[in-house]
This record gives sequence, structure tokens and C-alpha cells, in this order.
Amino acid sequence: MTTAVSGSDLADALGMRSFGFDGAVTDSDAYAAWVTPEAVLDVCRFLHDDPEQAYDLLSSVTAVDYVEFFDVVYHLTSLSRNASTVLKVRLYGRGALALASVTSVWAGAELQEREIYDLLGVSFTDHPNLKRMLTWEGFQGHPLRRDYLEPPLPYTWPHGG
Amino acid sequence: MHTQPVIVNIGPHHPSTHGVFRMRLTMDGENILDVEPVIGYLHRGSEKLAEERQYTQVITLTDRMDYVASMTNNQAYVLSCEQLTGITPPDRGMYLRVIAAELQRVVSHLVATGFFLQDLGAFATPLMYAMRERERVLDLFEMLCGARITVSYMRIGGVFQDTPAEFWSALRRVLDEFPAFIDELEGLISENEIVLSRTRGVSVISGADAVNASLTGPVLRASGVSWDLRKAAPYDVYDRVSFDVPLGEQGDNYDRYIIRIHEIRESLKIIEQCVAQIEPGPVRATTAMLFRPPPGESYVPIEAPKGELGFYLVSDGTIAPYRMHVRAPSLINLTLLKQMLVGWKLSDAIVSFGSIDVNMGEVDR
Repeated sequence: MTTAVSGSDLADALGMRSFGFDGAVTDSDAYAAWVTPEAVLDVCRFLHDDPEQAYDLLSSVTAVDYVEFFDVVYHLTSLSRNASTVLKVRLYGRGALALASVTSVWAGAELQEREIYDLLGVSFTDHPNLKRMLTWEGFQGHPLRRDYLEPPLPYTWPHGG
Repeated sequence: MHTQPVIVNIGPHHPSTHGVFRMRLTMDGENILDVEPVIGYLHRGSEKLAEERQYTQVITLTDRMDYVASMTNNQAYVLSCEQLTGITPPDRGMYLRVIAAELQRVVSHLVATGFFLQDLGAFATPLMYAMRERERVLDLFEMLCGARITVSYMRIGGVFQDTPAEFWSALRRVLDEFPAFIDELEGLISENEIVLSRTRGVSVISGADAVNASLTGPVLRASGVSWDLRKAAPYDVYDRVSFDVPLGEQGDNYDRYIIRIHEIRESLKIIEQCVAQIEPGPVRATTAMLFRPPPGESYVPIEAPKGELGFYLVSDGTIAPYRMHVRAPSLINLTLLKQMLVGWKLSDAIVSFGSIDVNMGEVDR
């Protein structure tokens, strides 16, 4: 059975190592541990490379809009240890949000980060091909944001129906 | 003579793209220089729709994601809902779920194999064989719940209803006759010289690349990585049945095809054991009419026919999910498409794409 590593255990594992700046882990609960946006790439690389962590499979990346902030949620799996854990990054604000892309650690993040960019409007720096995926270039807004409103009918989209 | 690359659009409406998938190929003659997948033609906003529906109503939305494997979509969703509230379905309900899910895996792999051979140029005949047998499984689904494709069979806390009496004899017939059919299908194909020369060594994915790119399911196991969530994180009653996890050797198109044939056999084995173990009893736990989970989050990955499928649900304590995210294996398995295709010919591109077995309803959601 896959061991679900709780957020506090993950926070302990991360706290045991310095990432060159203090306070990378900001919070944790039973489900997940939160790290600062600046530290996410280093933390992910550590979780992937460290033999005691060895989270080699990125199960899923997604984001949740909580109105005051966004949580980007990483579900990580280690095939060798048969363990899974959840890492989160909290981004405050509703404007142009940006976070480091983890595609250099897990190639599997590529399409999922594109989807987050498209539907929730969080852009990822150093992503190899960041553009809209499920909607089309020229689409206005990000549909999965809580404040997204469909334009009043009849509407015409640029390059769309 | 001076030549220059030509951009060729394959799809979105093309018989070999399994739906509405578009590949922008940069070609040098027959050779592929660059690939850009273009998706989104079937995007229906299922995740947004779920935010304004009750938990129970979302089950019908999940049918329409991977419409070749509705049962496993149902299963992933209800398992996630059950984890939110801590409901455990009765034994019979869990056995019926596993029987339905494994029948669905057989169907999905048959469709994958049929279309894969269609892409190879074996026009219509193997596909029709596969579809003919698929019909018999769909008849079983019709007995279970009245629907054949968009089943909505599973419920939070079990399944929709107990089986009609004639279901078991019909299932018995299918189980008795399927192994011979699978042997027949495999005998037609697996040793076929054209199939071997077109698929052996084509579009090889190494195990390390597959894991790094989050590939899951048969595509991952074809690369030799032993990872099956039915073994690694057993859900429902998978811990009470024994089965093997077939592995490929080199991760080429042939391995991705043959592994599905082996998995069909393993699925039949699982169903046989479930039929032997299942006992009379309730099929559904008593749950509140209005499902209202406590605030929290859940993610239960399952081994769907295409790979790891999971619903990440965020509950804020109301009757509708605050956020639902689908970890769609079809989408994520496309990550390495470019690496698989570059350097091969156009005709190989069609076959390699078919070997991943994506379902556009799930890619675009």
C-alpha cells in the first residue's frame, strides 16, 4: 500500500536541509506542506534527487483559486519507496502570478503547467512552451478562476466561434 | 537540389487521430523534424461544470471524459468522494465495482488494439473483431445499469443497484469464450511479419524517460517499469485478488501493443476470482440523500486503462465541490509525443500516436 507521507512529515524532511535561505517551509497540515514560491524549484529538485525522498513521478500539478490566494498543488509519488506526498505553494494576489516551472525536474509537468496557465492564469517561468492549451490564443480571461464571467451573448471571440 | 521543410497538419478531423487531435508536423520529405500537438477541440469545461453541481451529479460528467472507459472514471471519482467522508462501501458493492472496472479495461484495451491495427493499415478487419467482442461486454453493462457507454453505474458508497439474476450466466459465457477470442486475435497479429517490422524498435521510450515524463499505465509498463496502482495502492478489493503485472522489454510500439493483450488476460483472471469470491449482501452503503462532505481535500489515484486517473477534490463543506481537478492519463501520456516521433516517418507517427492510446474526451475534458 502506498504510504501517504503527511504534510508535517514532509515539512520535517525539508526542514532538515538548508536550501541556502531560511524559512522555505511556511506551513504544513495533515494533507500537505507549503513552501515559498522562491524555493519551489530547489525543493522539488531536492525531493526528486535525494535518495531518501526519491519522488521520481510527478502525479499531478494543479492549482486552486481561493479568492485571496492561489494554491499550486503538486502530488508527488515515489515508485521505489511506494510513497506519495503533497506539496503546495501559495501565491497571493489576483493579477499576473508567476512561479518557477518544474519541467527541468519532471518533464511530466509540461502539459499540466500549460493547463494551469490557460485555465487559472498562473504563468511558469522557464517553461519550454507556455501558451494556451485547452482554449485558444486570444481567449480573454482564465475560466477556472472564481471571478471568471462568461461574456454576455451574443459574443464573438477573436479567432473563435 | 535545395529543399525546405513543409508543415503538415494532421487532424483535427482525421480518422487516425482518435477524435479531434491535431498534430502540426514539420516534415522533410517523409521524415519528421518537429511535432506540435494542438488540443482543446473537445474542451467542455468539466472541471468548471463540477463546481456548480452537487457531488452526486458530477458522476455523469465523469462518464463523458474517457468515454471508452466510463466505469473506471466513475470509480476514481466515487473513491475520491468516499475518502473525503470516510465512507466504506459494502463488500458486494466493491466486488461489483472491480468486476465492472475490469470488464471496462478489457473493452478499452480491445478498442486500443483495434484502432492501433487500423492505424497500421490493417483496415477494418481486426477493428471489427475487437468491436464485435466489445459489444458483448457492453451488453453486460446494459444489464447492470441500463446504459452501455455513459454508464454512471457507481455511486458514492457502492454501486447503483444489485445485478439482475441473468447477469451472472451472461458474464459466465463471456468469461468462457473470451480467452479463445484473445488467443485468436493475438494469433492473427502478434507474429505477423508486417506488424513486427512496422512496430519493433519504433518510438522507443526508456523507463527513466517514461517515469520522468509522468507516463503511467500500459505505456509506462511497456518500458519495463513495474508500477501498477492496483498492486501499489490497492483500492476496492484488489488486495484480495492475485494477478500479474505484465511488463514490456524495450518500450517500443510492439511492447505497447502486446502489453494490452496480456493485461486483458489478467483482467479476466481478476474477474474470475471476483465471481468466485462475491457473496450476497447490500451493494450500497447508506448515505445522506444530500452528500455534504466536511471541508478537506482528497486524491485517490486508480489504475485506469490508460494510466493513473485521479480526481483531486477540494471540499468547502457545501454540497458542490469547491474545486475538482482531473489527473487525466491521456493528456499526460502525450508529454513525450515529440520525442517519440521526431526522426521517424509520417506513417510511423500515426502508429506511435495510436500506441499511446489516448482518448480525446479525457485529454480535453
